[in-house]
Amino acid sequence: MGVGILVEDLNAWYGSNHTLQDINLHIPANHATALIGPSGCGKSTFVRCLNRMHETNPIARATGVVKMGDIDIYRDASPVEIRRRVGMVFQRPNPFPTMSIYDNVISGLKLNGFRNRRILDETVERSLKQAALWEEVKDDLKKKSGASLSGGQQQRMCIARALAVDPEVLLMDEPASALDPVSTSKIEDLIFQLKSQYTIVIVTHNMQQAARVAENTGFFLNGKLVEFDSTHKIFTNPRDKRTEDYITGRFG
Amino acid sequence: MNYVVGTLAVLATIIVLFPLAAILFYLVYKGASSLNLDFFTHVPAPVGEQGGGMANAIVGSGIILTLASSMGIPIGIAAGVYLAEFGQGKFLANAIRFTADVLNGVPSIVMGISVFALLVQGRHFSALAGGVALAIMMVPTVTRTTEEMLATVPHAIREAALGLGVPKWRTVISVGLRTASPGIITGCMLAFARVAGETAPLLFTALGNQFWSVKLNEPIAALPLQIYVYALGPYDEWHRLAWAGALVLIILIMVSVTLVRIFANRGVLKGGS
Repeated sequence: MGVGILVEDLNAWYGSNHTLQDINLHIPANHATALIGPSGCGKSTFVRCLNRMHETNPIARATGVVKMGDIDIYRDASPVEIRRRVGMVFQRPNPFPTMSIYDNVISGLKLNGFRNRRILDETVERSLKQAALWEEVKDDLKKKSGASLSGGQQQRMCIARALAVDPEVLLMDEPASALDPVSTSKIEDLIFQLKSQYTIVIVTHNMQQAARVAENTGFFLNGKLVEFDSTHKIFTNPRDKRTEDYITGRFG
Repeated sequence: MNYVVGTLAVLATIIVLFPLAAILFYLVYKGASSLNLDFFTHVPAPVGEQGGGMANAIVGSGIILTLASSMGIPIGIAAGVYLAEFGQGKFLANAIRFTADVLNGVPSIVMGISVFALLVQGRHFSALAGGVALAIMMVPTVTRTTEEMLATVPHAIREAALGLGVPKWRTVISVGLRTASPGIITGCMLAFARVAGETAPLLFTALGNQFWSVKLNEPIAALPLQIYVYALGPYDEWHRLAWAGALVLIILIMVSVTLVRIFANRGVLKGGS
């Protein structure tokens, strides 16, 4: 089951560039939350702070509190433990090119030393079914490289890979921006099904996508969270003038 | 214009391949007639006697190259991993990189004298000293290729592993090195092929041996040394054996490089993109 995320006074920097300023936000468990805003507004940095990927860049740092359930992820746990509990799907599909489909999906378990064959087999089948890819690849699991699939299939395989480690939260950084419309709608269907079991945070440039999949939406601008509310409210009756300008297409 | 560039490229390829083909052809022409079972099963005959072979030199070369590879390749790969993954912008990394580049340009005879001073002087010539000399010559090539090949592994793939909660050291080994392995193996093979024919560093370290010996702490025979001695010798029989030795050396290098390639490519799935 998913957990809620509470963010208090989160600030983040790349070198001297203050990319996130005083973010306060509560992301409810087992819902999809969309983050919208123009390029460079800090929404990607924000999700990377939620699984401590931000700090893998040597010049990056972050301050503030991020609580995932009862755990303060910056104080109570190591980055490695947090990333096992928070899955991430990136903008471009990034399969491991040397691995088969099977090995790609269970790479999170295998690379952490997990070897039980029966459980690995079950995990691969469960994760690929969750990602709606099982029927398309079940005959080629060990025969084909993960990189030989189409872009949309690769992205669903990456979702299966993230789900295989049994996370509580799933972060998706523009997961459909590199895909065609058919693949995009498959990913959106998936988000719809997965949010009953996981807390999903999705960054998107596509406002229709936010409106379709997410209960709540946050609008970022210049490193600040301008407005956070139910998706319906944001798109029909935003409180802030800047939100209204953005969703009506006056800038961005 | 396409035609001109294409023709120039083909011409250049022919110019490059010609000396190689000529050398191979000449080796076969001069050496093949002296190759027989005795060559592979007998040690060199005493001066003045007919026959004899290079069995001890073939085995000796195998031992020295195994020693050199088992020291030079792991150290070189580890240093390359440090340069690419852990040492960005650090003084130590720049120092290692500079040293490796200089080491690459050190003449092989200097390498022989240095190892002579370190390991042989005051003790005695040995197979081990020969292996160390060749290992030091392999390190720079292996280090720099490993670093460059790791740099070609896309950042997105590392992020994928880190994002799954895989520790950095495990990401480097199981994702970085594994993805870069075809290039790294090529680098190791280049280093191996280069030192396999080295004579100068072995003159001062392994020394050579006319008799059968597989002991690591005693002088040992090696193909390049045996070729060197026979080619400079006064007898026609020796010259013929030197040609045969050169042919065997080249064939052994080609066979081992090919075997490693076949072995390394086994089980690798071909990607589509």
